[in-house]
Amino acid sequence: MAETSAEDLKTTPLFERHTAAGGRMVPFGGYSLPVQYPSGIMTEHKWTREQAGLFDVSHMGPSFLALNNPSGDAEADHAAIAAIIEPLICGDIAGLKPGQVRYTLLLNETGGAIDDLMVARSPLHPGSLYIVVNAGTKDGDFARIEAAAGGKAKLTRADADNALLALQGPEAVNVIAHIAPAAADLGFMTYGAFPWNGTTLIIARSGYTGEDGFEILVSADHAPAFWDALLADTRVKPIGLGARDSLRLEAGLPLYGHDLNETISPTEADLGFAVSKRRREAADFPGAARILAEREGKLSRIRVGLIVEGAPAREGAEILDASGVAIGVVTSGGFAPSLGKAIALGFVPPEHAAHGTKLQVSVRGRPQAAEVVPTPFVPHRYFRKAKTS
Amino acid sequence: MTTKFTPDHEYIRVEGSTGIVGITPYAQEALGDIVFVELPSVGKVLKKGDEAAVVESVKAASEIYAPVSGTVTEVNDALSGEPGLINSDPEAAGWIYKIAIADAGDLDGLLDAAAYADLTK
Repeated sequence: MAETSAEDLKTTPLFERHTAAGGRMVPFGGYSLPVQYPSGIMTEHKWTREQAGLFDVSHMGPSFLALNNPSGDAEADHAAIAAIIEPLICGDIAGLKPGQVRYTLLLNETGGAIDDLMVARSPLHPGSLYIVVNAGTKDGDFARIEAAAGGKAKLTRADADNALLALQGPEAVNVIAHIAPAAADLGFMTYGAFPWNGTTLIIARSGYTGEDGFEILVSADHAPAFWDALLADTRVKPIGLGARDSLRLEAGLPLYGHDLNETISPTEADLGFAVSKRRREAADFPGAARILAEREGKLSRIRVGLIVEGAPAREGAEILDASGVAIGVVTSGGFAPSLGKAIALGFVPPEHAAHGTKLQVSVRGRPQAAEVVPTPFVPHRYFRKAKTS
Repeated sequence: MTTKFTPDHEYIRVEGSTGIVGITPYAQEALGDIVFVELPSVGKVLKKGDEAAVVESVKAASEIYAPVSGTVTEVNDALSGEPGLINSDPEAAGWIYKIAIADAGDLDGLLDAAAYADLTK
């Protein structure tokens, strides 16, 4: 791949698997990753909603943060590690149970999102957290966390020596039951370590497609064999970045760098749930003054979902009110394969955010009808275990 | 009847003084699943190189330029309901619009099948 070497892209431990399967490789987050396989985005998208899609998300930033000197008292050690990360984020980490995973945001001093991430309490090692951040921001995120840890804890990056896979879809649980049977008993947003072929898999029941599924950290050495083992199941097909994006958009989930950035607060991004109650009451997170005021109603914009008539409204398209006045901008937009319609996420002032509000979007200079609708556009099915027929 | 190509992957099949314009199999393959087509209006006067239509895949929008100057005489309305015709049959059922060719000389500047095949090798 000439483009790959020319741009000095990193490859994941599964690069050869992608090219062998006919993946169309593109630069993404500094890595060469498949945007689609020969069957195409639409087919891959629908396969994930109906069966199980396998995604290589090794470009993301898995890591472990562990106390340098744990006391041996499990609760005290968890409190100590939580106290290191909590000043950077808006989530309640102290309150996590062993093995519990939480979606939260890394915030700047004005309450803008530096990243969105998963923070999980180790089920086995008190005083240790499993943290997964986004690809584009990972170096900065890790530096920020390391600085906060000072001499008290050590951050170990797991992105170079491992592959991170996501297995998503209604059949994912049945597939994982054959690979790591105990992992099929995980609840949504919990994780654990499971043996497989002489290695240890870190498996979380989580994902970003709206489907039930698992995210699996596997050593780089074992990753190709593990990938093959999953694909040996006829319910599993490899899925590229294109369908990954359309799936998360249908699920109404924000994408960092698009629907989230350093100016956007969790409240504006409609992620108020990620600002935990205990943290709100203590007002002890970055940007608390702004975010708490926004929760009281002092909000200038909020993320909404739009159904768009006609051509898809892409990122950057202006959102207009019914009379044609520009009121906001689309931050993610495209075609929803499950719905057969164009959908978008964007920001508008709260007075235009009620479900059912008739708005317009400007596509190539022409206004098209749009309507504010609840998100997710396609219902989340995180707990679904029954086989679809 | 002859078919000519642009380096932007449009084809124009010339039937008398009319050209039938679409995108090549190579282009539809590169774009992937096409989900929306913005057609020109009949009667629209295009200069060679003008944006004539927009083809949208799941991922992105791609402009389709006029390979020659002329007037749009007909559009493929079937694409409004079934844009995937461009994927399944780009050179026949997936045609996009017909144009009354203003200057047959425009065709001389386009690629023939062999030159286009070279370009996409």
